[in-house]
Amino acid sequence: MHVIINGDLQVVHDGLTIAELIAQLGLNQRRIAVEINREIIAREHYPQRRLNDGDAVEIVHFIGGG
Amino acid sequence: MTIDMTDPFELAGKRFRSRLIVGTGKYRDFTETTHAVEASGAEIVTVAVRRVNITDPGKENLLDFLKPSRYTILPNTAGCYTADDAVRTARLAREAGVGNWVKLEVIGDQKTLFPDVPATLEAARVLVREGFVVLPYINDDPIAAKKLEEVGCAAVMPLAAPIGSGLGIRNPYNVRIILEQSRVPVIVDAGVGTASDAAVAMELGCDAVLMNTAIAGAKDPVLMAQAMRQAVEAGRNAFRAGRIPRKLYATASSPLDGVLE
Repeated sequence: MHVIINGDLQVVHDGLTIAELIAQLGLNQRRIAVEINREIIAREHYPQRRLNDGDAVEIVHFIGGG
Repeated sequence: MTIDMTDPFELAGKRFRSRLIVGTGKYRDFTETTHAVEASGAEIVTVAVRRVNITDPGKENLLDFLKPSRYTILPNTAGCYTADDAVRTARLAREAGVGNWVKLEVIGDQKTLFPDVPATLEAARVLVREGFVVLPYINDDPIAAKKLEEVGCAAVMPLAAPIGSGLGIRNPYNVRIILEQSRVPVIVDAGVGTASDAAVAMELGCDAVLMNTAIAGAKDPVLMAQAMRQAVEAGRNAFRAGRIPRKLYATASSPLDGVLE
């Protein structure tokens, strides 16, 4: 299925969970936040929450800023 | 160098020794960031919230260097032009797990980066209601400061001059009015160019100073960080000590008695 991750169209396997996605991206150890279709997903829901075709996912972290 | 432990900086119920808050943008790498932050003595550091580069997330992350166990992390909403975007960014920052503080910025114009005050006020209302510690970036405008204090912001943070301009305290009189009326800490945020600017802000009686470019953009950021630390301490001490009044004519420092005839 197709999902949009941080603005880029990506192909992922059906029923991918957020936890799996984060692991695939190598972001497990990082302080991040995830939105699906502009809804913030609580960390404890990452293992259960599955992506659907067409979902817009945002994954953010902290970088240097003033 | 000693910091006066009898004069802590209290912000939202937390006590700090340092009255210098530093940003973490514009450094060459995380090592330079870390060295500059250490030299500044800052205990509160600002960070930005941005998309992870998913094709190359990188091995290292800023917070591996500036550990939230050691520093109070203050995420900003820089780059937000609407109240909605700022609220969204603040919520994401909180979810990312560094606490509930936010440096609220709602920018009104790309060229000046001056704040959109009505939008800042709107976002502040929402975030205060949601339990955030809101530290808003505003103009050196006493009315804006008053309104933001009234909606429950934990401090007010007037700019001294445009962000990154290094022009120093352009309107010390407005800052004085804000200081006089405020019951929350007043933090000068933006516009500092060099150490004397930071000292001036503190001598006016500001509770703290927040800066990024003045340190990160200096030829030697680590040395400038140290200079800023000293300037903030010197300015604070001078404020507490109480300066002499300005007079037009001289007053001799040496006694007149016993002068040779």
